[in-house]
Amino acid sequence: MSKALDFAQDAPLDAARGKPEFAIAVALALLMGVLASVSPAFFSPGNLRDLFVANLPVLIVAIGATFVILTGEIDISCGSMFAVCSVVAGQAAKASDSVGVAMVASVVVGAMLGAMNGMLVAYAGIPSIVVTLASMVALRDGLRWATGGTWVTDLPMSFQWLGMPAVAYPVVAAIVATAALGTGAWVLRDLSAGRAVYAVGSNRSAARLAGLRVDRVRLMVFVIAGLLTALAAVLNSVRFTQIPSNTGLGLEMKVIAAVVVGGAAITGGRGTLRGTALGVLLLGIVGPALTFVGFSPYWERALQGAIILTAVGAKAWKR
Amino acid sequence: MRPRDPLLSAQGVSKSFGAIQALNGVSLDVRAGEVHALVGENGAGKSTLIRVMTGEEAPDSGTLHADGRPVPVLTPATAHGMGIRVVHQQPSLFPDLTVAENLALGVERTHPWQRIDRRARRSRARALLMRVGASIDPDRIVGSLTMPEQQLVEIARALGADARVLILDEPTASLTAPEVDALFDALRRLRRDGVGIVYISHRLGEVLAIADRVTILRDGRTVGTRSIDGLSVRDLVAMMVGELRPDHTRRERASGPVALEVRNLSCAAARIRDVSLTVSQGEVLGVAGLVGSGRTQLAETIFGITPADSGEIVVKGKSVDVRSPVEATRAGIAYVPEDRRRHGVIVDMAVTANATLASLELVSRLGLIGRTAEGDATARFIDALQIKAPSPLAPAAALSGGNQQKVAVARWLMTRPDILILDEPTQGVDVRSKGELHALIDKLAGDGLAVVLISSDIHEVLSISDRIAVMRNGAIAGVLQGAEASQHDVLAMALGTDRIPAEPS
Repeated sequence: MSKALDFAQDAPLDAARGKPEFAIAVALALLMGVLASVSPAFFSPGNLRDLFVANLPVLIVAIGATFVILTGEIDISCGSMFAVCSVVAGQAAKASDSVGVAMVASVVVGAMLGAMNGMLVAYAGIPSIVVTLASMVALRDGLRWATGGTWVTDLPMSFQWLGMPAVAYPVVAAIVATAALGTGAWVLRDLSAGRAVYAVGSNRSAARLAGLRVDRVRLMVFVIAGLLTALAAVLNSVRFTQIPSNTGLGLEMKVIAAVVVGGAAITGGRGTLRGTALGVLLLGIVGPALTFVGFSPYWERALQGAIILTAVGAKAWKR
Repeated sequence: MRPRDPLLSAQGVSKSFGAIQALNGVSLDVRAGEVHALVGENGAGKSTLIRVMTGEEAPDSGTLHADGRPVPVLTPATAHGMGIRVVHQQPSLFPDLTVAENLALGVERTHPWQRIDRRARRSRARALLMRVGASIDPDRIVGSLTMPEQQLVEIARALGADARVLILDEPTASLTAPEVDALFDALRRLRRDGVGIVYISHRLGEVLAIADRVTILRDGRTVGTRSIDGLSVRDLVAMMVGELRPDHTRRERASGPVALEVRNLSCAAARIRDVSLTVSQGEVLGVAGLVGSGRTQLAETIFGITPADSGEIVVKGKSVDVRSPVEATRAGIAYVPEDRRRHGVIVDMAVTANATLASLELVSRLGLIGRTAEGDATARFIDALQIKAPSPLAPAAALSGGNQQKVAVARWLMTRPDILILDEPTQGVDVRSKGELHALIDKLAGDGLAVVLISSDIHEVLSISDRIAVMRNGAIAGVLQGAEASQHDVLAMALGTDRIPAEPS
């Protein structure tokens, strides 16, 4: 009953306190506070820009992963898909000398791979962990076989930094990331389609009885995940002069960790993109923060693990 | 222990859950070497009594005796130690393990690191199966056994080495006649061995065939314990129903043209056979029947969850092809399913989101949900249905069961249906909300909606239905006029004893 009363509180702060994002925001603020006093150099524009650019792929892929996780599914193939989309983008850029063509080719391939995952999950009824484990392995090894392990080199100038001056790139990337986040949040909050995503993840049986096209929703979240993975792959690839065929290794773990730390329930139905963005930010900052404060960077993974445990543990404890 | 002392007896046991008095001074005793049947309608208190006798619920008052000695506190562990075992209606075997492994679980007392002696386990399994007269290979995987075989394994497991009181809850519900005979052979064998058996069943013919004595429960009270000799099915039904309660509050309604007609509907997957019925606008059609008689399955077939194999569904004179809930909704049919937490409300989502879930297109334009439209639509129903919620934006989890149910009803009324099917709408709802829901159903019918009310509560069906369709084994056993029907008629029809004339009173 006390839980019911919590929900009845209308004061904004009380409402915010009930939300999982609140705890991460507090943790993030604490971390920033420590950094500001111990090592103000962390907040130099150059460092912030590098941090943002390095975490951009995780952020964009995590938007798609949030959709997938909200429906109660999981996609662990995004790292492999990221590599395939990167190589496709590079090859298309070389063949066409146009970043636009590269972008379209990559996004089409990403959407198709996502659709393949989604079909197998929604219509063949195979658990998503199994489907995406299979595509994770198949795509990674398929790519190795197709490229012979060689990197895509001699990328055209038109591809570099999206064909723009290097200084403009972070601005454009920030606009793209904000647009993706904003659109995603808008879809989830204001569209029937977003409502359906939450309903399917919360209670699939009730959603089906309410006349929602449950299978189509489950297919579409995987397509969205594929699309965004391809977008992230292109935005990432244009930063370098060559594309390694083993790029994106372990990306899926970073992404899922960020979504979970951001407060989304791994069983579906609960979570927000605001939380996911905060999760990416927190996990992306701790590593560099360690070096700035003077610890060995070897502690990065351990600390990230501790954050995930704390986030998940706190949720379990609250129930 | 004196030889005549019962193995287990409950005297004057009472138990209430909130405002509901489930048991009120109930007594039951089980002697060695007898089959003691326990009968009563749905909700008469059979399950609660069993839970008290197995230590799962502590009674509010009353005493338990084992072998003539009082048992002040009974826990599931002490009950097990005293040899009291239950076979529940739902199978509780592990389908992926072998028969021997299933029989070993809970029976073998082993140390976690102890090596498993498969030979000994197998021979113990064989001995247990022998006691129930079953010749099943202990190495077979339980999932590959037939239903009756699984039932016997279940009984063998409950027996263990030392069962003295065996409680069987609806053991024949999924068995055919020859399979029932095999089960009865097993029970007679156990009775010879001196096991006291409590046998719960709705099949009164079988009760007469196997039981030595029978205890009848009604509304949480003991009607009596009788020797089975000289009793007839009619006697049992009369005792189960008792005097007719004068609670016919149903108002006369003028019903309009036929809203829904179902012709010869069959669905093998849902085990629905050749069902025909009609519901008119402004009419409440009650659907009664025992648990498992196919009431929910019929609703699921009409609503397209398990589409029909043959037959026809006609809505307002037009034949409709319903292959999915979406098509059913479009045809004007709404279905509020039973078990609202599993199939009805989405507890994580706000009251508004729950209410508009089935009619999002009405409150949105091009997929964009209008917050004001959504809020207004929900507010109207919160008002009309008197839903008590801390706020329309509060998650459904914050509402009481009765109010959650009203939210589910609101969701479907919002689709502006011609036909509303309610499946156990008052299950697990407190008395007050129950009354409110009844008044709501009455009002909806008064406004011209065709209502199909599925309920296990015969009083509920009798008091608010214009007509009552009684189901048995996936088919319609008969349709009664609400004003003339008595509880006796409904129950007799549901049990399949409708050819026995009613007792002159």
